[in-house]
Amino acid sequence: MTAIEVRGLRKTYGSRSAVSGIDLSVPHGEVFALLGPNGAGKTTTVEILEGHRRRDSGDVRVLGQDPAVGGRAWRARIGIVLQSATDAADLTVVETVRHIASLYPRPRAAAEVIELVGLGDQAKAKVQALSGGQRRRLDVALGIVGRPEIVFLDEPTTGFDPHARRQFWQLVRALAAEGTTILLTTHYLDEAEALADRLAVIAAGVLVAEGTPATLGGRAGAGATVSWTGPAGQESELTADPVALITKLTAAGVDLPGLTVTRPSLEDTYLALIGEQR
Amino acid sequence: MTTAAALPSTARMGLSRGKVEILQFFRDRTAVTFSFLFPAMLLLLFGTIFGDEYDHPGLSAAQVFSASMIAYGIVSTAFITMGVGITTDREDGTLKRLRGTPVTATAYFLGKLILVAVLTVAEVVVLLAAGVVFFDLPLPADAGRWFTFGWLLVLSVVACGLLGIAASALVRSARTAGAVLNVPVVALQFVSGVFIHPITQLPDWMITVASVFPVKWMAQGFRSVFLPDTAAGLEAGGSWEHGRIALVLLAWCVIGSVLCLSTFRWTNTRDA
Repeated sequence: MTAIEVRGLRKTYGSRSAVSGIDLSVPHGEVFALLGPNGAGKTTTVEILEGHRRRDSGDVRVLGQDPAVGGRAWRARIGIVLQSATDAADLTVVETVRHIASLYPRPRAAAEVIELVGLGDQAKAKVQALSGGQRRRLDVALGIVGRPEIVFLDEPTTGFDPHARRQFWQLVRALAAEGTTILLTTHYLDEAEALADRLAVIAAGVLVAEGTPATLGGRAGAGATVSWTGPAGQESELTADPVALITKLTAAGVDLPGLTVTRPSLEDTYLALIGEQR
Repeated sequence: MTTAAALPSTARMGLSRGKVEILQFFRDRTAVTFSFLFPAMLLLLFGTIFGDEYDHPGLSAAQVFSASMIAYGIVSTAFITMGVGITTDREDGTLKRLRGTPVTATAYFLGKLILVAVLTVAEVVVLLAAGVVFFDLPLPADAGRWFTFGWLLVLSVVACGLLGIAASALVRSARTAGAVLNVPVVALQFVSGVFIHPITQLPDWMITVASVFPVKWMAQGFRSVFLPDTAAGLEAGGSWEHGRIALVLLAWCVIGSVLCLSTFRWTNTRDA
């Protein structure tokens, strides 16, 4: 059964087309990343899935329901993590979490959620006193306190320092381990690679590739560059089958100092993909 | 599926909203000062400046202001707090967040109404206390006047609150909301005879304009509660006109509800 099913999604703002025919299918329990440059249509797509924005055409089902007419029971089953909210500044962390929890039929305990997002020490702090990274973790807490089956994370780590980002990734992995479906948008390649089971690249409102981090854009079959330091200095060879090449080299009794095998990075693949659209 | 647990009722969510609304309001000192203590300060200033310059027997200008200023206090807490509050909620993500939860719009408004009701009661207590302590405002002794006070207060709060919700749709940004909403409010206070008494000093057309809006009727109603019946002759209609006050305020409650339902937006984006 699929958590998200999208067919032929379109959305235009005035004369500008933001999303021009997207198909997506995300099974339950998967971490799916939507990757793309700014203005590619990521946020528009996610906001349509969340029920925050109306689509022009196409068929959309989230947990079997059309988000445009998703009622209260449906909203109790989804979790939305806002990306730039500054609300509740005068409340404390625990007050805010408890309040949002009170709107759900079977919420998690506030203390448990606060621990989970690593804000245990800030529970009694005013929300306005939190750092940017802490504030975003509070947003995650508010997005998951209702025990959602699916969580939407729209560019959740923008502006995080590397340490905060790693902590955030742990949090997403913990949610995924509980079986929560996660739709993540990001323009960080390492983030998609670290978290996603599958990902899709969106550029100028269309999906240009879809796959796992390892196979995206034909990355797995794209050949590898084998490099080593030979008697004559640095040598390298592009091959479709690096194992065979290395076996052949070692069979000849050659020592291979500095041996490396590199495939195109996700970033290379990504840049090639979005480059095609420009 | 796991949807067996019942969704919380609108009443329960409304109470939960009301609690955080009140907590947030009283922790924001600027909001407390401006919408809460400002009318009290105006009352002290006006009451002191005009003192006893008043030729009606047994009535001081300060007492008239004490009664009329309750109308201003309610407009300030109900209309301004509601209008600015909703604009802020739309801007800082409160409404967007709530819209992603199972909360109902009614529960959200219920929370606001609880806040406004608490603020209004507190505001009225402060104004009455100031009136009694500084200007010898006599509190009515008979139940009939308190009954009038009760329905007047409820109708005024509901009408102003609903109009505040409707007005929030017209304000683009929270930064300017206070200033924008205060323009019609202050203008209405003047033409409605809150700052100027008796109202008959105003040109007839001004009284006619003021009679369309709720403030004139609110102020007149509160004067009827706190001033001797002999002062009724100073009103534009020559009497307290309780029936007409109730009708006008009820009409504004209805107009306010219709405006709310037709203009309320969860977000700033027009297509959402």
